[in-house]
Amino acid sequence: MSAAPTTETKPAPPAIEKIKVKVDGREIEVPRLTADWSGKLMPTTMIQACELAKTDVPHYCYHPKLPIAGNCRMCLVEFGTPALGPDRKPILNPDGTPKVVKSPRPAIACATPVSPGMEIYSNTPGVKQMREGVLEFLLINHPLDCPICDQAGECKLQEYSVDYGQSASRFVEPKVHKPKSVDLGPRIMLDDERCILCTRCIRFTKDIAGDDALGIINRGSFNTLTAYPGKAFDNNYTLNTVDICPVGALTSKDFRFQMRVWFLKETKSVCTSCATGCNILIGSREKKIYRYTPRENDAVNGPWMCDYGRLNYKWIGREDRLTKVQSPKSKVQGQPASWSSALTEIAELLKKTPAGSVAIIASARQTNEELWLISKLKAKLGAISDSVSRMGEGDKLLVSADKNPNTNGAQLTGIAANLMGANLPKIVEGIRNGKIKTLIVFGEDVTRHGMGADLLGKLETLIVSDILPNATTKLAHYLLPGCAHAEKRGTFTNTKGRVQKFMKAVEPPGDARPEWEFLHDLVCNVTGQDGFLTIEGLFNEMANAVSALNGLTWAGIGDAGVTVKI
Amino acid sequence: MSFTVPANLEAEIDKLITHYPVKRAASLMVLHAIQEHFGWISQEAVEWTAKKLELQPINVYELVTFYPMLRQQPMGKYQIKVCRTLSCALGGAYELHKHFCEKLGLDAHAHGPQTTKDGKFTVEFVECLASCGTAPVMMVNDDFHEAVSHAKADEIVGRCK
Repeated sequence: MSAAPTTETKPAPPAIEKIKVKVDGREIEVPRLTADWSGKLMPTTMIQACELAKTDVPHYCYHPKLPIAGNCRMCLVEFGTPALGPDRKPILNPDGTPKVVKSPRPAIACATPVSPGMEIYSNTPGVKQMREGVLEFLLINHPLDCPICDQAGECKLQEYSVDYGQSASRFVEPKVHKPKSVDLGPRIMLDDERCILCTRCIRFTKDIAGDDALGIINRGSFNTLTAYPGKAFDNNYTLNTVDICPVGALTSKDFRFQMRVWFLKETKSVCTSCATGCNILIGSREKKIYRYTPRENDAVNGPWMCDYGRLNYKWIGREDRLTKVQSPKSKVQGQPASWSSALTEIAELLKKTPAGSVAIIASARQTNEELWLISKLKAKLGAISDSVSRMGEGDKLLVSADKNPNTNGAQLTGIAANLMGANLPKIVEGIRNGKIKTLIVFGEDVTRHGMGADLLGKLETLIVSDILPNATTKLAHYLLPGCAHAEKRGTFTNTKGRVQKFMKAVEPPGDARPEWEFLHDLVCNVTGQDGFLTIEGLFNEMANAVSALNGLTWAGIGDAGVTVKI
Repeated sequence: MSFTVPANLEAEIDKLITHYPVKRAASLMVLHAIQEHFGWISQEAVEWTAKKLELQPINVYELVTFYPMLRQQPMGKYQIKVCRTLSCALGGAYELHKHFCEKLGLDAHAHGPQTTKDGKFTVEFVECLASCGTAPVMMVNDDFHEAVSHAKADEIVGRCK
């Protein structure tokens, strides 16, 4: 239980020598080398040592996943190194310890490597003064429009102003004015007056996204961040620059002026736009989702996510969501059915079906738990089952060609055919020749996959669960409104076999219920096996039953997930 | 708008590029060669240079906007550069600059180089021309003039045909 099976098959890293340094008087051991933004081992820097010592060093331009620029000067610290005598041997204090000589000049912690015996001083009056000075300079031309700035509440200028700011400005000269509301690209709006020229966005788009689109033009206090005139900043990763912008210069057109960030509830979740399963935070308030932001997970997406995935949330709040349970009786009466009556009726129907007369098509967008519960139905009914493959275009960074978030879950639970979609023609044939009389559909519009209205009309029973209306839901005899991932808990297995959980951010609309909840009731009614009523228990039960997941627990997979063998 | 680099200029630029270990390193010299020929560096020229050096246009644009002597607009036939570093500023450079602007119908307070409508003159401030003892000093294209009084200034302008 404690040792979750991780099959991260990286070679054991070579042992890295440790060196001793002191941070604010506390001695710690740090590795001589640390992986830099690209994963290459480089000498450990003072800022990394301070992080290991849990000492916060304020910074703007430094980002652990970007090349070092060293231009903001906010991370200046004082330091000392052991003194050497003319014989190149350490000079000792009277008590036998090496004599450490403080450097007459400070150094930027982000770009200065540590050396054995080094002492870093991050909380001296001198360091405080330097931080105050740097901050004062950064604020000289800043518009101070925090009340209407989207970054307010998550702005490094604001945060460090609390720590190192002055109560009054000493600047009496006119401020330099720069372009406002610059339309940088289809998703990005730039305010050049707020920009502190840290170049994080330039480095990101050049070195991570591979699109050298941004630069700083003019010079001195007229320095201005821009894209080349007439060229849109429009790659599929532009919104990451909004995340890493330490101030409110780069803002998301989608999120701009929509909500103050401090009103947002942040829920740990997983992006469902492709099989990569980027870890995200869902920012929501009451019933509405306002934004997705990437949640750092170095085993999956690092601190990034693609723009498409990030903006693919609006369907969750659509007006035409399915919110009512339907049964044949309720259709006639023109009133919604109750969950209990519909589920009881379905269970009675399914219990009477002869073996081999039921087919199940469950989307690889359903969760592991749901697919596993469906597989229990499948086993009991002797049903044929499959999922629908969704292949598109991938890229080299994060976007997977597989657009199903849970292809591997559908495979591991045995719902999908070995070659996903291979059973669909067999199901079509079965319905056509009358062998298959009952079709259960979860989350797919099967009319788009070879099962037209006339074919579905031959069925005795069509049971459909979905989130949004489509041609299949219109034909359903029983319609069970389900939930988006943001409205329930569960796990997906991503393309590399990482089992990742997501939490509930908002309430589902109307009578919609998480599929795993009503599937539990249905499975209980049909098979007579009682399961767990909680997602924790359900997951653990599934992990015991599905061999690839053996040993996993809901608690054990944590927020970052666990990779299993697929 | 068509921007064509004549064959001999392109040959010169190709040769320039071979002098540097990486193409990007030749950026400034290529821009100088282009400005020498065209008199200024247009957006098309920036794009042509970027393509030539296998860069993104923004990389070249950064350079062109950084150096004031790389011109982003066509300049006048006669470029009057008035020094305004300390000695000249004390010696009357601002008055001299204003004198030129008023004489030629330009705005003395506008930022950057000012060019007359007929394209004959451009007046601008520059930094130290290294003759502090004879302030105020100025240049007209490549000719240097020392201790320029307003009368001398009129004479200089008069000589520009």
